[in-house]
Amino acid sequence: MDKILVIAKKEFGSFFDSLVAYILLVAFLGFSGFFTWIQGSDIFMRREADLDVFFSVARWTLFFFIPALTMKMLAEEKKTGTIEMLLTKDVTDREVVLGKFTGCLMLVGVALLFTLPYYISVAWLGKMDHGATLTGYLGLLLMSAAYIAIGLFASSITNNQIVAFLLALLIGIFFHLLFDFLAAGSSGWISDLFNTLSLSNHYDSISRGVLDTKDLIYFGSITAIGIFLAEYFISKR
Amino acid sequence: MDIQVRHLSKTYGHQKAVDDISFDVHPGEILGFLGPNGAGKTTTMKMIAQYLAVETGDILIGGLSVKDQTLKSQIGYLPESNPLYHEMPVIDYLEYVAALQGLSKEKIKERVREMVKVCGLDVEKHKQISELSKGYKQRVGLAQAMIHDPAILILDEPTTGLDPNQIIEIRELIKNLGRHKTVLFSTHILPEVEATCDRILIINKGKIVADGTAGTLRQQAQGHEIHHIRIEDGATQEILSQVRALPSVQKVEVLDPGKNKFEIISKPNMPSNREVFQLCVQKHWVITELIPFETKLEDIFRDLTMN
Repeated sequence: MDKILVIAKKEFGSFFDSLVAYILLVAFLGFSGFFTWIQGSDIFMRREADLDVFFSVARWTLFFFIPALTMKMLAEEKKTGTIEMLLTKDVTDREVVLGKFTGCLMLVGVALLFTLPYYISVAWLGKMDHGATLTGYLGLLLMSAAYIAIGLFASSITNNQIVAFLLALLIGIFFHLLFDFLAAGSSGWISDLFNTLSLSNHYDSISRGVLDTKDLIYFGSITAIGIFLAEYFISKR
Repeated sequence: MDIQVRHLSKTYGHQKAVDDISFDVHPGEILGFLGPNGAGKTTTMKMIAQYLAVETGDILIGGLSVKDQTLKSQIGYLPESNPLYHEMPVIDYLEYVAALQGLSKEKIKERVREMVKVCGLDVEKHKQISELSKGYKQRVGLAQAMIHDPAILILDEPTTGLDPNQIIEIRELIKNLGRHKTVLFSTHILPEVEATCDRILIINKGKIVADGTAGTLRQQAQGHEIHHIRIEDGATQEILSQVRALPSVQKVEVLDPGKNKFEIISKPNMPSNREVFQLCVQKHWVITELIPFETKLEDIFRDLTMN
């Protein structure tokens, strides 16, 4: 556990050293703030005290940003050979993957913390469903965890960062969008299967304020499988 | 702490990178690992450092098998290309590595301070690693390998790309460390091995072809003495035939006919210089030069690894 935190802290720190963190924070807050407060169907237009707009914008921004965060995490270490230095230290392959996962999740957590003023403002403007907002944030965190794990897996099978980025997006788009389309275009058990696989379905039900164990298991499994595969691919050397 | 390598093999596809090698390294010993590129040095070192898994055979560290448990904390490893996190400052990097090795907070500060001193990094310690010269990067590499004060050091070509002064510094550093630790290091620079190592191990095509001190390797490879001699007051042809007739002489060659210079190679384990001297006294020839000739390590290396 100690080693995981050591690695997580280093990864978290290197996001800030390389400016990645600042770009992510500015872009994330910029996008979500713009659509939540200023543009189109913003809060003042809808006259409803909730963060639904924010959640749907955040869902898409994180979908694009997370692969950009994870793409270098293992691919670059493999390319420069630092993975050899890292894995000959007193750490296991799993600790390395989990450390990187945690570091990335910490950055997403910080990005979400910076949106607390949105929440406070909306709560001050009108009568808000605090439960649904809370599960909305939880949904974003769970979704991020799943995408980070997918990103780490993509990063573990190549030493080219661009390949890792595109692969993570490609896998992500299935969960984010395509399974939904496939479910709509088919019927019977196949449709059910795609519905179950679709990340949007599970995310929607959580962000509506319904906490179902099915959804928790779903996000947990994707995360676990991604981490497990990443660990498997870096142990193959 | 000992390293015992037992019947170690490793294949990449169809190619045997390491082929049934066995050797021991003991504490207080510096073992020089030699061999042409692609001989299996780096693969062997990676397996000892537990980056690569052991396929067949075994590696025992202090009597314990690396197959049963990870013994990484006992080992300091400097990989071949010295990979470092270039965007990190030297101090932060060393602290990170120390934490990965599981040192306590106070210990981390203490060891980082010590490594900065030992490796001569004081002036550069706040710089980013990417800003350092190659020699200083190499020192950072050595510092990260030694940060947790391991009993065993595995250094893969620690002196490549350094200037002669830096090479001597690093060599001295390794020598000092070798007094208390078990050191295994690989290199291409043969004089370096003689200057630094207690023992030499030469591998070629995955197999050990020589194991011993520089002295014993010379004997094994050659077994016979070589002398360069200059004899005056005699005819070249007569000297040649008389010396050839001596029982201890295997081969005589004329090096410089005008000056009567010869190369005399004696038979294995039979010194010939006394007989040659007696012959010259008998014939009233005057020996004006007699130079014992040592086989160079380069020649031994070439003999063993070229086929």
